[in-house]
Amino acid sequence: MTEPIISAIEAYIATQVLKQPSRRIAPDESLISSGLIDSFSLMDLALFVEDAFGVRIEDTELNANTFDTLTQLASLIESRKK
Amino acid sequence: MTNFPDRLKALHASRRTPDRVAVYLQSSGREDLPITYDQLLRGANAFASTLDHESIKPGEVVILILQHGEDLIYAFWGAILHGAIPSIMPFLTEKLSPERYRADLSALVSVTKPAAIITYSEFAGEVQMALKEGDSVRSVITTDQLEQQTNLGFDALAGFSRGPEDIVLLQHSSGTTGLQKGVALSHQAVFNQLDAYGQSLSLNEKDVIVSWLPLYHDMGLIAGFIMPVLSGVPLVLMSPFDWVRAPYRLMQSVSKYRGTLMWLPNFAYNFSAQKIRDRHIEGVDLSTLRAIINCSEPVRWESHQAFYERFKAFGLKLEALQTSYAMAENVFSVTQSRLGSVPVVDEIDREAFMVERVAKSPFEGRPSMKMMSSGRPIANVKVKIINEQGRELPERSIGEIALQSDCMLNGYYNRLDLSEKAFLDGWYLTGDYGYISNGEVFVSGRKKDMIIVGGKNVYPQDLEMLTHEIPGVHAGRSVAFGMFDEIQGTEEVVIIAEVDSEDADEQQKIADAIRLHVTKNSAIALRYVKVVSPKWILKTSSGKTARSANKEKFLKELEENK
Repeated sequence: MTEPIISAIEAYIATQVLKQPSRRIAPDESLISSGLIDSFSLMDLALFVEDAFGVRIEDTELNANTFDTLTQLASLIESRKK
Repeated sequence: MTNFPDRLKALHASRRTPDRVAVYLQSSGREDLPITYDQLLRGANAFASTLDHESIKPGEVVILILQHGEDLIYAFWGAILHGAIPSIMPFLTEKLSPERYRADLSALVSVTKPAAIITYSEFAGEVQMALKEGDSVRSVITTDQLEQQTNLGFDALAGFSRGPEDIVLLQHSSGTTGLQKGVALSHQAVFNQLDAYGQSLSLNEKDVIVSWLPLYHDMGLIAGFIMPVLSGVPLVLMSPFDWVRAPYRLMQSVSKYRGTLMWLPNFAYNFSAQKIRDRHIEGVDLSTLRAIINCSEPVRWESHQAFYERFKAFGLKLEALQTSYAMAENVFSVTQSRLGSVPVVDEIDREAFMVERVAKSPFEGRPSMKMMSSGRPIANVKVKIINEQGRELPERSIGEIALQSDCMLNGYYNRLDLSEKAFLDGWYLTGDYGYISNGEVFVSGRKKDMIIVGGKNVYPQDLEMLTHEIPGVHAGRSVAFGMFDEIQGTEEVVIIAEVDSEDADEQQKIADAIRLHVTKNSAIALRYVKVVSPKWILKTSSGKTARSANKEKFLKELEENK
C-alpha cells in the first residue's frame, strides 16, 4: 500500500519544504526536476524517509533519476522495506 | 616574484615540490585523484598551448565553462600560464533552464568581451547558441581538442611576461546583475592578500586545506584554490554537489588527510550539525583542524555553538571555530579572528542597536542580542565606519564599513562607471553595515538589498524581474527579499506578487508558476511565495517598491498567522 506513504511524504513536503501546509502535491507531479525541492531540502527528505519508514536512500541516489515523483519515491520505499 | 607563473615555476623548481601533491581531487563513487605540481603544470600547459594555437593573446579574457574537476583546474592555470585572464562561469545545472543560462552567458559576453570560451565538446553547441555574429568570441575551445605537449617549456609561455599590476583573473557573482560586474584582480593584489592573510593564519607547510566550495565564488577560488596552490599547501577538493548530498564526506576528508584549515559559510555549520548521522562519521578525528573559518554570510554565534556541540566528541576544538569578513573586491579576506582563541562575542542592547544605531551594553530586563566579531583587519587592510555623509564614526557606532588596502580590485571589468562609484576619497564602500569595538569588526547588516542564501549572493531585482514574466503578475507589483532563518542559519528568499484575481485556486496556480519559473531561471530555491490581492504591496511616495517595509509587513502577517 503506497497511499499512506504518499500522504505522509506529501504532508512533509508541504509543511516543511514549501511552508504551505494546505498545498496539495499530485502523485505524479515532478519534485526534483521541476525545482520544487532544492538540493538542501532533498537531503532533509532523505532523512525524513529514513526516520519515518526505516528505509535508507544513499546520497548518490538523491537525483531525479532515482525518483522524481511521490509515486516513484513511495514505490522505492516499498521495495526496500521488504 | 612578479606574477602567478613565476610563483608556479618556483614551486615546481624547488627540490621537493614537483612530485608533491598540489590537489587531492575527490568525487563521489571514485578513487581520490592526487595531482602533483608537475601534473598540474603539464595539464595547464596543454591548455596554454591550445590558447596560443588559437591565437588568443595575453591580456584577453577566457571564460571557463567546466564542471568542478580536473579540466577546470588545468584550464584555469593554463589560461594564466598563457597570460590570458580566466573567469569561471558556473556550469549549467539540471535545475536551471538552458534559455536562462544562454541569456546569462550572452550578458557576460557582452560586458566582459572574452576572446575565447573553454568548455566540453558536448556543451559547445549550447555555448554557440549564446553567441552571435560579430561578438568578441573568436574561439570556442573544447577539452577534446587540446594540444598535446610533451615538454614543459616554460620559456615559450607568454604568461611569464605579465606585469604585477596586470589583471590575472576576473571573479563574478551570480545572476544577471552579478555577471555584469566582474571583479578584476591583479597578480600583485592577490600576492598582497596571500601574504597578509597567510600571516594572519600562520599558514605553513604542515597545513592541509579541505574545501567543498565552488571555484566561481571568492571564498572557494581564493581560500579554497589559489592560496593553497600558490603557497605549496596541499588542498583536498571535493565538489559542492557531492557535499550538499553528503556533508559527512567533508568530515571524513578532514580525518583522512589530517586537514588543518577549512572555510565554510554560516549555513554550513547548521547544515552539518543537523544532517550528519553518527554512522557516517564513526571513528572520524577532527582534532587536526586548527581553524574552521566562518565567512561569506553574516556569522552567527548560535551556529558555532550548534556545530561545536555536534562535533566535539569527534575531537573538534572550540578554539578552532573562527570567523572572517571577506569580499572579492579585496581579493578575499578583510578581517580574521585571532587563531587559537574563540572569536569575541559582544552582547548588546537590541533597541539601542535598532533605533539609535549604537552598540550598547545590555540593560537589565531588556532584550539583547549576541554579536560575534569577524576579527581584526588583516595586516594590509584599514577599516573604518562612516555615516551617510562619509564622515568617520566613533567606536561602537553603526555605519557603513569602508576599507583601504593594497589588495583592492583594479576595477569592475569594462565598467568604469561602477568602479568609480565604489570608492569615496580612496576608500572602498562595502555596502555592509557594522561597528568597531576594541579593534574588532562586527558586521551587522547590509545597505544594499542583496540577499545571501547559503553563501550565494542574490540580487532581489533579478528575482522580481523573473516574477514579472509570469502571466497575471503586473510589472512593478512584486517584491523579493531575504528573511533570516534561525534553523538553517542563512537567509531564505521570499517573493510577494500582486495579482488581480482574488480566487484562491487561481492565486495558488500563479504561486506555483512563480516558484517554478524563478527556480529554473535563478537556481535559487524559493522558500515563501505569497500571491496577494491588489494594494497589498507598499510603495514609497516616489512609487518605488520599498523592500524593507514590505518585509516588515510580511513578517507581521506571518507572526499573526502562527
